[in-house]
Amino acid sequence: MATTLAPHDGVPKTLEDAPLVRGNLSFHDVTDLVAGHTEKKTPVQWLLAFSVALGFLALLGLAVAYLVWNGTGVWGLNVPVGWGWAIVNFVWWVGIGHAGTLISAILFLFRQRWRTSINRSAEAMTLFAVACALLFPTFHVGRVWAIYWTLPIPNQMAMWPQFKSPLLWDVFAVSIYGTVSLLFWYVGLIPDLATLRDRAVKAGRLLRAKIVGFFALGWTGSNRHWRHYERAYLILAGLATPLVLSVHSVVSFDFAVSIVPGWHTTIFPPYFVAGAIFSGFAMVVTLMLAARKVYNLENLITLDHLEKMNIVILLTGTIVGFAYITEFFMAWYSGVVYEQYAFRNRAFGDYAWAYWIMMSCNLILPQLFWVKRFRRSIPLMAVISIVVNVGMWFERFVITVTSLHRDYLPSSWDYFSPTFWDLAMYLGSFGLFFTLFLLFLRFVPMVAIAEVKGVMPQADPHFYDHAHGDGHTLEPVEASPAPAVPYSTAASETDDPNGPHV
Amino acid sequence: MFDALRKRLADRNVGLLAEFSDPGALMHAVENLRKRGYSRLDTFTPFPVHGMDRAMGLGPSKLGYMVFIGGLTGCALGYFLQWWTSAGSQPDWLMTPFQGYPINISNKPLFAIEPSVPIMFELTVLFAALTAVAGMLALNGLPRPYNPLFHSERIGRASDDGFFLHIEASDSQFDRDATAAALAEEGALAIEYLDHDGAESIDLTTAA
Repeated sequence: MATTLAPHDGVPKTLEDAPLVRGNLSFHDVTDLVAGHTEKKTPVQWLLAFSVALGFLALLGLAVAYLVWNGTGVWGLNVPVGWGWAIVNFVWWVGIGHAGTLISAILFLFRQRWRTSINRSAEAMTLFAVACALLFPTFHVGRVWAIYWTLPIPNQMAMWPQFKSPLLWDVFAVSIYGTVSLLFWYVGLIPDLATLRDRAVKAGRLLRAKIVGFFALGWTGSNRHWRHYERAYLILAGLATPLVLSVHSVVSFDFAVSIVPGWHTTIFPPYFVAGAIFSGFAMVVTLMLAARKVYNLENLITLDHLEKMNIVILLTGTIVGFAYITEFFMAWYSGVVYEQYAFRNRAFGDYAWAYWIMMSCNLILPQLFWVKRFRRSIPLMAVISIVVNVGMWFERFVITVTSLHRDYLPSSWDYFSPTFWDLAMYLGSFGLFFTLFLLFLRFVPMVAIAEVKGVMPQADPHFYDHAHGDGHTLEPVEASPAPAVPYSTAASETDDPNGPHV
Repeated sequence: MFDALRKRLADRNVGLLAEFSDPGALMHAVENLRKRGYSRLDTFTPFPVHGMDRAMGLGPSKLGYMVFIGGLTGCALGYFLQWWTSAGSQPDWLMTPFQGYPINISNKPLFAIEPSVPIMFELTVLFAALTAVAGMLALNGLPRPYNPLFHSERIGRASDDGFFLHIEASDSQFDRDATAAALAEEGALAIEYLDHDGAESIDLTTAA
């Protein structure tokens, strides 16, 4: 399909391509459709959902308070299993976040123009998932009031962080990832905030105009500004791309740099990155299915978008499954008995149930997406997208716990079971995530308005060059006086008093 | 000097603002006006119109050079930070919090580049990204809470579905009536004159 092969200047090759925006919308319709949701009265369903999210957020507050008061002993950790659910949840949430950056940055660099209707919400998902992820290692340190020791802050103790530790690399990688994602998201938002400001001025809602206008920074849509803006956006995408690949690689170093059997493997960085994209895309599908239904955005987030995401899920799920099998091969091929034991124990030991949940959710079930009918079926993708995230949670659980619970010393062997407080903190992190996501849906344009307009056929100046077979249905409403001469780029090059254009 | 610069920035959007029907008509008008000798012109659109930079005769943005410097700074800082804290000395003249803290472990080298790469990389990205955003805002003169454009009733549509062309009053060719007539000839749907006092609508029939 040529929509994925747009040439350099973002102009579709032919107007017969499947449209990215359905329903013959005009520019104004797109503005109304997206901005309207942030302006109307708060819907009852939103309030209901928000109160449920706040309930879980309160549970998080309780779990954190109890944890800080008593220490990490309230979790189910024991002597060989020092990393329990906290690390599992951390890796799981960071992984989910990766899809947002992938959609916003990597698909941008590959000129996948279909990303424009989902990138804003996917980036928001990234930010909130990173916030949830940071919770877990922050409180896992036990004495959370000393967490600033992980930062290189000059202090009277003359003490510096241990820069040779992958855990410290993680501090830098994840917090910088969060910062850059926030910058990228905000830069993308500026033109849309200006849209909200201008609409608020027009509607006479001056307080709203002041608040939104503050964040819009006085944006006017000047072409001299768009020039630097687009360059900044391109550079941020170029920076976010290696960054996102490095973040999950660094997360995997937490495991791979150790000498624990089942962790000490070079396959971890690529395999973790693929798993992160896999779970993140599944989360985007879950959230988009709900959002497009509730907010009537079926014309912007079309079945084609969902199908493309399902293809990515199928691809990355298969990569992850292939990595699971490769690990077994390497364990056998290495000839190291400890490695071989670790993997036999994964598949057939005490945690075999978790291993086979992981295998069926991540490798086996997504294979259904080979069938076109299945990857375009809304009920089926709703189920699979959730199943994938269950599977990815179990993947991290299997990696973390099965390797730890069989120490080198059999007398230390133990079984890890979570406590109520493990569960409370995990459920509570959903409260944080959904509270933030619902606030986003309520107050921020959930689709990148300016970017969607930019990929519509009538955004191309050449669209107006001459009569089109069906072009007239897309003409703007105002009767436009026909240009005296047909527009052509060559005409301007001739006798320009300011010299030739560069 | 700053007063002059401030005045130049403030006056930048004083001039004539004309609305056009679509991106094609707008780009056509820009090219023709440039042929007529206008150079201090700008367009206001809801999304970046591709090809407009060329039509306006703007070169590529210089932002990339700034970001490159920013990234190098981050990388150097990442190297220096990790080297100094693990292998730096403890000179008397330096306050304690800023002194290095070398720890000898089995006489291994105090510093090595290999484990320092991840943090050097992360700081490179951080500084480059911050420079990209700060540089973009600086080059665009944002944030800019006041702008003569905001007096216009119509300019709000530049963030919705309006396509505008602006000619600065400071352009050497600028003549209020003649320029308005030129804009009308190029097919403007509506023309306004904007300055610091407000907006004034110009009748298209008399302009032409």
